[in-house]
Amino acid sequence: MHIMEGFLPIEHALSWSLVAFPFVVLGLNSIKKQVYNKPELKMMLGVSAAFTFVLSALKLPSVTGSCSHPTGTGLGTVLFGPLAMVPIGTIVLLFQALLLAHGGITTLGANIFSMVIAGPFVAALIYHLGKGIRLPRGFTIFLTAFFANITTYIVTSMQLALAFPDPNGGFTASFIKFATLFAITQIPLAISEGFMTVIIFNMLIRYNSPELGALGILKLEKEEINV
Amino acid sequence: MKNKYYPNLLMLCAIILLSVAPLIIVKPSGGTFSGADEKAKSLINELYPNYKAWFTPVIEPPSSEVASLLFCLQAAIGAGILGYNFGLARGRARLQANSIKKDFRC
Repeated sequence: MHIMEGFLPIEHALSWSLVAFPFVVLGLNSIKKQVYNKPELKMMLGVSAAFTFVLSALKLPSVTGSCSHPTGTGLGTVLFGPLAMVPIGTIVLLFQALLLAHGGITTLGANIFSMVIAGPFVAALIYHLGKGIRLPRGFTIFLTAFFANITTYIVTSMQLALAFPDPNGGFTASFIKFATLFAITQIPLAISEGFMTVIIFNMLIRYNSPELGALGILKLEKEEINV
Repeated sequence: MKNKYYPNLLMLCAIILLSVAPLIIVKPSGGTFSGADEKAKSLINELYPNYKAWFTPVIEPPSSEVASLLFCLQAAIGAGILGYNFGLARGRARLQANSIKKDFRC
């Protein structure tokens, strides 16, 4: 779910766009630098983008009786870092906003912020934390994708609560309403997304270990197959 | 060989279970599994009955069929790229394995 076209007051829509813009520029630079230094990684960049494309097209039913979709940003965050996910996610959001009337141009900034800035940055934090305390790699990847997804929707709830505070209870009451709507829908989806990301990651370890080595994720002398 | 695929298969089953179970267990109040955006819209209308969207989508898919076509297209493009990569990488791994074997023979 993305915030619908026209459903943020103009001031909010503009502010979020202003916040998001520098991240898009920084993200483009980050991609350019990584691909310039190691052109062989272009394919992995394509895989990260393709994964986001597939996952954000999958609208899955959830326990609240509504449908929503995963974000697919966890994988790219692990491979290329959170900044690189910003332009990739922006392309996905633009595609859906322009052609599918899903999300919108006026809410693009806010949606970029929640899906491809907040999500990936929290995910990167979780990934490094998991690596730091030496959690099993598969579990770390699972948590990374899970939190990329959940964070996106918590931030979306905050954005909506900021724009539409409850007339009686203010921001907090409104946030709780939006968050119960989204977060509960998202928990099973985030678990699914975690599993999907681990599956793809396992496949990358099997077939694309040279690239993962170049990205500094695998140590090549250790031919690890299972996570 | 069996061991390598086992965890992936297990996770795949979990994903299917997580997606199918709500359809069986939950009886949605409206009778349908609508998108979460629709619910957000109605929540906004509940909080601010006077709020009107000030901008409407430039292009709206003319029907839900066309919308699902475009969503399919999005997924197909992604899946195509993923398949290309794994096909290429698998072939490459096999070639390398073969050339190593040949080196040993010589």
